Amino acid sequence: MQQSNRLRPFFENITFDRVDNEMILNFGPQHPSAHGQLRLMLHMQQEQITKAHPDIGYLHRGMEKMAENMIYNEFMPTTDRMDYIASSSNNYGFALAVERLIGLEVPRRAKVIRMMLLETNRLMSHLFWLATTALDIGAMTVFLFAFREREYLMDLIEDYCGARLTHSAVRIGGVPLDLPDNFIGDLRKFLDKLPENIKDYEDLLDTNRIWLMRMENVGVISKEMALSWGCSGVMLRASGVEWDIRKEEPYELYDEVEFNVPVSDKGDNYARYKLYMAEMRESAKILYQVLDMYPDTEPALMAHAPQYISAPKLDIMTQNYSLMQHFVLVTQGMRPPVGEVYIPTESPKGELGYYINSQGGAYPYRLKLRAPSFWHTGILTDLLPGHYIPDVVSIIGTTNIVFGEVDR
Amino acid sequence: MRAYTPKDNVQKKPYYTDRYWVAPQVAKHDVSSDEVFAADLEAIKAKFEVLDAYIQVEQMVVVINAHDNFAVIEMLKNERQYNQLSEMSAIDWLASEGKFEIFYQMLSMSKRKRLRIKCKISEKESIQSVEKLFRSADWSEREMYDMFGVVVNNHPFMKRILMPDDWEGFPLRKTYPLQGDEFAAWYEVDKIFGKEAREIIGPENRDPARIDRYDTERFARLGHEVPRGTDITHGEPDTPLVYQENEGVFMIEKFDAQKSVVISDRHR
Repeated sequence: MQQSNRLRPFFENITFDRVDNEMILNFGPQHPSAHGQLRLMLHMQQEQITKAHPDIGYLHRGMEKMAENMIYNEFMPTTDRMDYIASSSNNYGFALAVERLIGLEVPRRAKVIRMMLLETNRLMSHLFWLATTALDIGAMTVFLFAFREREYLMDLIEDYCGARLTHSAVRIGGVPLDLPDNFIGDLRKFLDKLPENIKDYEDLLDTNRIWLMRMENVGVISKEMALSWGCSGVMLRASGVEWDIRKEEPYELYDEVEFNVPVSDKGDNYARYKLYMAEMRESAKILYQVLDMYPDTEPALMAHAPQYISAPKLDIMTQNYSLMQHFVLVTQGMRPPVGEVYIPTESPKGELGYYINSQGGAYPYRLKLRAPSFWHTGILTDLLPGHYIPDVVSIIGTTNIVFGEVDR
Repeated sequence: MRAYTPKDNVQKKPYYTDRYWVAPQVAKHDVSSDEVFAADLEAIKAKFEVLDAYIQVEQMVVVINAHDNFAVIEMLKNERQYNQLSEMSAIDWLASEGKFEIFYQMLSMSKRKRLRIKCKISEKESIQSVEKLFRSADWSEREMYDMFGVVVNNHPFMKRILMPDDWEGFPLRKTYPLQGDEFAAWYEVDKIFGKEAREIIGPENRDPARIDRYDTERFARLGHEVPRGTDITHGEPDTPLVYQENEGVFMIEKFDAQKSVVISDRHR
């Protein structure tokens, strides 16, 4: 007899054929190393996985639905909650998509500041990745080291926009603020120390026997598999595909800075780890160049497009027409032209794309968020079978999935 | 009389509309302006019917018949080097046309080009899965089914992905309210306690935005605290505020602005 106050045992309509020795292991959704709310249903033969079903949706907030009921500027803080480890890159992807839809050109200083935000976010994200993955595998020291450096970067971002995690530091049409006085000096100080820090991590991990055993030849993704599963970012580059959107389809000032795209053809966890480390160095390289660009820019921060973008605060406070425009844009929202765009950007996790279908209204008719982690979680279906239980943790670690982004 | 609310689209509407407003269009360019896209389009046109094709924001958009979707994408993958399906989903046009528009966003890494294949199906129709060509479509199609109710044929595991399996309704349809429908409001109650518990619990307790200003059991009113459970419907009693640090709590001191130090350099 079913008790009415109990949850019925509920196996998601999956019928399991009874084979002897087969065990079903529920990994998550509250597993500390599942990096959020991932539930994996693993079919096990002894310690070996024969079948894996990632189950997602525990953090589903319906962001695409929310976007359809919001004006464009209102949606900006919501994008923070996708990849909350590097929220400026989400803000940026959305801002860029709307700007391309409208056809806006952003002032150069805003571009420089955006580049700084994007790359500091990439560093933050990679440091966070390193810290949590190392912690999952048992390297507590690396966790503490990497979080220390990430803390400096969070302080820097806090100096810029006041927030540490959910920045909303990019606006459609530019950036809201100029850099504070100490920002450039502090960032330079941080960057000068970064190579030492990265060397510290590598000294701890590169030749570490445990690390190598957990990483080398584990979770090998072939080139075909990575392409077929829509992998992007490090997940794709570790499998031998040289594809970095910053390089191939440059946006902002990425065509003016010099940097390399590290690639590996191994496709295993260790290759991905090496690429993350290499990318941090490349980010630092980009940041040095962008810091040098900053002094030669004009002070304008927002694009001039009265139909879509509010005038600078000084104009709003002194000129009646600017105030009226601002009022209309805040209360009714901008109305981009009728059309659709899909704009991909290279976020720290991979290809972050925004598809916007505008019907000329103040709300997007349809907004699709192409979050890289979604497919990086999906690939676990094909990747995990054949591996052992401890490998699950290290594979989830190196896929660098964030559940704000998977479930949206 | 109650205000008219359309049933086919419950999305938020702007409160102000200018009836003389003519929305501008994002420019659509002719496909012949780009050699690579022109060649791709020729290849598609040679075998399939193309309803519309143009370039918008540097990406080609090709509108095809829905029953050609698998064959077109197969050809683009095998013959035209479009090696990744970056995204696919649907758009709800049920209110205006009674159709779903399905788009496939494809990427060619060797040509550095992105194109979008679009097709329309009516609500009762289903579409062919492209999961055999791109594994990424496995999860995308499940998401599309989950959000729109578009059924995909030949899919290996057609099942909801983000919403629970026993969910009713398709959240991204324009007919689905943002706050969720009645089923959504009672989902947990129905599942855990059964439908008969709805009356006992009461609809007011399923409204996440509800605040009862007289409820002193669950809501603390900052600055106007009263002992828990006090009846304040007829005015509230004076409750003197006592701060714990006044009594002398271990390790806690009252903030003294005179003694504070401002740190100017954080030694980065």
